[in-house]
Amino acid sequence: MKAPDFDYLRPSSLDAALAILAEYNGEAMPLAGGQSLMPMMNFRVTAPEALVDLADLTELRGITVDADIVRIGAMTRYAELMLDSTVQAHIPLIGMALPHIAHDAVRNRGTIGGSLALADPAAEMPALMLALDASIEVVGPDGTRMIKADDFFLGMFETALVDELITAIHVPVAMPAQRFGFHELTQRHGDYALAGVAIAKTDDSYRTAFFGVADRATRVPELEAALTRQDDMKAVLTHLNQIGFTDDLKANHTTRQRLAGVALTRALKGMTL
Amino acid sequence: MSRSIDIKLRVNGEDVSATVPARLNLVDFLREELCLTGSHVGCEHGVCGACTLTVDGDTVRGCLMLAAQANGKEIMTIEGLADSGQSTALQAAFTKRNALQCGFCTPGMLASAIGYVNAGGAPDRDAIRQHISGNYCRCTGYQSIVEAVCDVIEESRT
Amino acid sequence: MTGPAHIFDKPNRYIGKPEPRADAARLLQGRGCFVDDQKLPRMVHAAFVRSPHAHAKILSIGTEDARASTGVIAIYTGADLAEHVTPYVGTLTHMAGLRSAPQHPLAMDVARWQGEPVVMIVATSRALAEDACELVDVDYGELPAAVDSEKALDANTPVIHPEFGSNLAWERDVVAGDIDAAFAAPGVHVVKREFRFGRHTGVTLESRGTLCDYDPSEDQLTVYYSGQAPHMMQAIFSKHLGLPEENVRVISNDVGGSFGIKIHTYGDEIATAAAAKLLRRPVKFIADRFESFVTDIHARDHIVKAKMGITEAGTIVGIDFDDLTGIGPFSMYPRTSAIECNQVLNLTGAPYVFENYRAKGRVVFQNKTLMCQYRAVGHPIAMTIADGLLEDAARKIGMDPVALRELNLMADDSYPRTSATGMKLDDLSHKRALRKLTKIMDYQGLRADQSEVRKDGVYRGIGFVSMVEVTNPSPMFYGIGGAPIASQDGATVRLDAGGALHVSSSITEQGQGTNAILAQIAAGVFGVDLNRVKVTTGDTATTPYGGGTWASRGAGIGGEAMLLAAQALKDQVLEVAGVMLQTGVEKLDIRQGAVTDLEGNERLTLADLARTVYYRGNELPNDLNPELIATRHYRVTDFPFVFTNGAMAAHVEVDTATGFVKVLHFWAVEDCGRVINPLLVDEQIRGGVVQGIGGALYEECHYSPDGQFLNATMADYMVPMASEMPDITIAHIETPTKTSVLGAKGAGEAGTGGAPAAILNAVNDALSPMGASIWQMPMTPERILTVLDAAEQTAD
Repeated sequence: MKAPDFDYLRPSSLDAALAILAEYNGEAMPLAGGQSLMPMMNFRVTAPEALVDLADLTELRGITVDADIVRIGAMTRYAELMLDSTVQAHIPLIGMALPHIAHDAVRNRGTIGGSLALADPAAEMPALMLALDASIEVVGPDGTRMIKADDFFLGMFETALVDELITAIHVPVAMPAQRFGFHELTQRHGDYALAGVAIAKTDDSYRTAFFGVADRATRVPELEAALTRQDDMKAVLTHLNQIGFTDDLKANHTTRQRLAGVALTRALKGMTL
Repeated sequence: MSRSIDIKLRVNGEDVSATVPARLNLVDFLREELCLTGSHVGCEHGVCGACTLTVDGDTVRGCLMLAAQANGKEIMTIEGLADSGQSTALQAAFTKRNALQCGFCTPGMLASAIGYVNAGGAPDRDAIRQHISGNYCRCTGYQSIVEAVCDVIEESRT
Repeated sequence: MTGPAHIFDKPNRYIGKPEPRADAARLLQGRGCFVDDQKLPRMVHAAFVRSPHAHAKILSIGTEDARASTGVIAIYTGADLAEHVTPYVGTLTHMAGLRSAPQHPLAMDVARWQGEPVVMIVATSRALAEDACELVDVDYGELPAAVDSEKALDANTPVIHPEFGSNLAWERDVVAGDIDAAFAAPGVHVVKREFRFGRHTGVTLESRGTLCDYDPSEDQLTVYYSGQAPHMMQAIFSKHLGLPEENVRVISNDVGGSFGIKIHTYGDEIATAAAAKLLRRPVKFIADRFESFVTDIHARDHIVKAKMGITEAGTIVGIDFDDLTGIGPFSMYPRTSAIECNQVLNLTGAPYVFENYRAKGRVVFQNKTLMCQYRAVGHPIAMTIADGLLEDAARKIGMDPVALRELNLMADDSYPRTSATGMKLDDLSHKRALRKLTKIMDYQGLRADQSEVRKDGVYRGIGFVSMVEVTNPSPMFYGIGGAPIASQDGATVRLDAGGALHVSSSITEQGQGTNAILAQIAAGVFGVDLNRVKVTTGDTATTPYGGGTWASRGAGIGGEAMLLAAQALKDQVLEVAGVMLQTGVEKLDIRQGAVTDLEGNERLTLADLARTVYYRGNELPNDLNPELIATRHYRVTDFPFVFTNGAMAAHVEVDTATGFVKVLHFWAVEDCGRVINPLLVDEQIRGGVVQGIGGALYEECHYSPDGQFLNATMADYMVPMASEMPDITIAHIETPTKTSVLGAKGAGEAGTGGAPAAILNAVNDALSPMGASIWQMPMTPERILTVLDAAEQTAD
C-alpha cells in the first residue's frame, strides 16, 4: 500500500502556504500530523497532486492565554496538549479526553487543527470543541475569520472551511462554576468510540456533544434543556431520538442510541466536582 | 523537483544525507535506503504499531511520517537502541521472560516500552498494558511483555 | 515404543528447563532476517491487480497504459502464466468425495473471490508497480455470487463450478450407536442449540511474502519463504513450474508469525516464482495488509445445529449435530479445505464417555476468500459444541458444570480407548487436569465472589472447557491421501573439531522456540553446554528431509528425531573414546563437553577427541572408522495422531448495559506430555489463548450480500490488544506419550482450541440470571444486548 506520487512543499509562512494551495486550485492538501491523511493516501483513496506541509508555520504553533480565552495553535500536537500547563490549568476537559485518543505514537504527531479540519464523525476533538463552545480561527484568500464550533461541523468529513486553513482554536478558560464530563465506549483502548460524549456544564446549563454516533459530532439542544430542568434520565434520553444514529458493522443505529445513552449516564456520573 | 526532496537527518547517532521521493515514508526510507531493516512494516495505516520508532525522543508511526518530514530530526531505531546500550536492560528482561516469539512486533514494542521506562512509568500492570495497547502482538498474548517491562522498572528502582 | 530408561531416569540437564532462547538476542537487536529484509542484486517487485468483484467474468484485460508506466519490467495475465505453471487441485484421496476445480495462480476467464489476483505487474519498486496496477484496464462482467452458506445448496443460488452440479465440496456422516433411541429414552433431557462461528483469519503481523530467484545457468530456483513447510513448497514449486525437485531450494529464515496461514499455496507466491523464472532475476512479493486480509486463508466459518442428550443424573447419552461450513471457491491446495470440518466431526465430545453420536458435515463453496487450516483447526468449534451444550445441560438439570464433567470425562486410567467419534486415545489426564484447574483458580472462591457481586448488579461468569488437541500426526493425516507432505522428520547432529555440536532438523521455526528445543534436546542428551550447540533449520538444501512445523508436531516428532540422533552420536563418540581411553564404553559418559567416567570426572575433552579423529587419524586403529555425525528420522506409527488434553477456565464480567465483556482472568492446565521447555510452552499457551479470545469476542470477516469483504483493515477488523487481555495462569501435567522416547506431545495450538469454549461458557454463566444465552461468536456487544433483550421480552 504505497502512496501515489505527489509534490511535497514546505512553506515557511502562512501566506506562502495559502498561495501554494491557491496555485494548485483544489488539487493540493495541507499536511498537518498526517495520522489520518497518510493512511488514506496509502490506501490510495485520496491522491492529491501536492501536499503542503504546515510544520514550519510558526503562526500555527503556540498556546497562549489572553483574558478568558486560551488560544491553541492549529499545529499543536495532541501530546503537547496533554503536557501543556496552560491547557491543564484552563481546559480540564481536554485532559479527560486525550488519553482515549489513539495511542502515544499517534498523539505525538496528530494535531488539533488536523483533527478539526478532517471532522471524522468518530473523533473526540470536534465533540470537545462543541462542548467547550470553542471558536475556530481560520485564514483564507479573503482574510481571517472566526467560526463558532457550533457552525463548523457540517457533515461527515465536511466543515465550514472554504479554501481556508485553521490557524488556531480559541477555547474559553474554564470557570469555577463549570463542571466537565467525558465518557466513551470502545471495545479496545484507543479505538474510535462506538459512542461517546463530552460535557461542559456552566451553572445549570449543559453542552453535551456526542461523537461516534452520527455523521458528525452532535449536540441536542432539547436534551441539554432536559438536563437543565433535571428531568429524569429516561426522559432526557428520549431526546436522543433527534440524532441520526449510524449503522455500521459494529453496531446498528438502535444499539448506538442505546450506547449513547449509557455514555451520557456514565459521563454525568463521572463529572468533575 | 518537488517530487524529490533533499533531507539531512541523524539516524542512530549518524549524520545522513539523502534525496528521497516525496512519497517515501520514514520506515521504508530506513529499511530500503539505509538498510536498517530492524524496523518493520505491518499495516501501513498506523494501527498495528510494528513500525513504531523514535523521532526526536518521541515514538511515532514510521509508516505515517514521510522521510521528507524527517529533515532535521533525530531518529532512533531498534538497532540504535541496541548499539547504544539503551535497550540492554529491556533485552535481558524480554529474553528472560520470553517476551517475544517471532520478533516481528519487537522493534515497535521496545520503542514503546523504552518510552514508558524512560518517562519513569510505574510498575503498574494495567498502566503498562495501556501503554503498549497500540502495539499488536499475535504470538505472546502480551503478558510476558508486561512482566518484562515490570522487571526492568523494578530492578531500576532497587 | 517406550524409551530407554537411562535418558530420563535422572534429571536431564536441559530437557524440562526454562532455558531462554538463543534466537531472542538477534531479534531484540533488530538483526532478524525476514523475507522483506532481504535484497538480491537486480531484484524487482511484484504487485497485483485483483478482482474487485466476488464473482465476475474477465472479459478483457488492457495493459498498454500500464506497460508504458515508469519502471515496469513485465506484466502477466492468467493466460500468460498458464503456459508456464500447471494448475493445482486441492483434493486428497482420503477425503473421499471431496472435489475442487483446478486453480491457477492468476484468475483465468473468471474471478471467483474479491481479491483473487488477475494481473501481475513487476516493476523496479513496489510503489511503481502499484502505480502501474492503477493503469491496467480490466473489463469485468459481474456474475451473481454465492455468499450465504445456508443458501449455497439452494436451487437458485449460483453454482460456482457448473461441472460439479452444485456448490457442495464435501460431506461426511459419522454415526455411532443409536442417537435417536438414546434421545428418546425416558428421563433424558435434550439441549439443543444453533451455534454460529464467525469466519476469521490469522492476521500474522508479518504479512505473507516471498523472494524468488531463478538462476538460468543452473536451472535453479531459490525461494526465500515466510512459512512453515519448506520441503512441501519445494515439491510444489517443482511440480507446477516444471523444475526437478533438487533444483528448487526453499529457505525459511525468520518468519513473523504463521499459525497455519503460511502453510498453504497462494497464487501470488506461485506467480512470483514463475516471474522470477521468466525474468531470470529475483522477484519479491510482499502482500500488503489489505491483500493479506483478502487472500490469507480464512477459517472457522461454521453453522452448527447441535443437540446433547443427558440423563437427569447427569450422564451424557449422546451428541448429534449438523455442521455447515462455507469455504472459498476452491479447496485450498495441498491440504484441502475439508480438514477443518473433518476435525469437527472427529473431535466433538472426544473427552467424554458416551456411545451415541451422529455428526453430519457439509462443506460448501462460496465466492469468498479461500479457507483452510488455521491454528487449532476445527478444535474451537468442536470443543465449543460439546462443552457449550454440556454447560447448557448443566444449567438445565441444575448441576454444577465441574461436577458434570467429573461424571462424564474419561477416567485417567481407562486408556488406551477410542472415542465415540472413532479417535484412538492414550495417555490422557482429563480428570487430574480438571482437579488441578479448580484448585489453582480457587473455584469455590470465584463462585462466592460471583454471588456476592450479583447483589450489586455486577454479572460475572465462570466457564470451563475440557479439551483434546491433535498433535504429532502420522502419515494418516496427509501423506496417505497423496499430499507431498512429510509426516516424518529428521535430525542430524555433528561434532565439530572444537567440541561444539552442529545440529540440523527438518522442523522449522516461526518464533515458538523450535531452534531452542532442538538445542536443548541435543545438548541434554549428548552432553555439551547449551551455548555450544548451533542449529540450522528451514533450508531444504542443508537439513534432513521432513515436514516442517504444523499441527503441533515439532517437539514431538522433530524433537524425537533429534533425541535419537543425539543418542546415536553419543554412542558413536563413546565408541571412539573407549578405544582412545582403553576403557569399556559402559564406564564412560559425556558431560559438559567432555568424556567422563560415571562419577563425572573428566577423561578426555570432546575437542581433543574430535581433533584426533579429524586431524590425527593415524593415532587410531586402522579398523576404527569413527563417524562424528549421526542422522535419525522419526514418525508416529502407533496412532493416527497423538492427543493431548487440557482443562481451561475463563472468568469474565459482562456489562449488561453495553454488552461489553471483560475477561478478568484465564487459567489453563495443559498435559502435553514431556515438557522440553516450560517457558516456551507457557508462552505458546498464552498466545494461543489470546488468539482464541480474539475469535470469541472480537474477530470476524464481514461480507456484504454481494461478497465484498467489508472490514479488511486493522482498524475495522479487531484483533486482541494488550489493554483488554487478561493475565493467564498456567499449570502443567506431564503424561509422556508412549509413542516415543522423548514422550513429548505438541503444545502450540491448545490455547486457541480451548479458549473460545471457556469464554462462551463464562459469558453464558454471567448471563444466566437474566435467562439469556448466546451461541454466536464473536460475542459482540450488540449480540449480547440482543440476547439480553430477547430474554427480557420472554420474561415479561
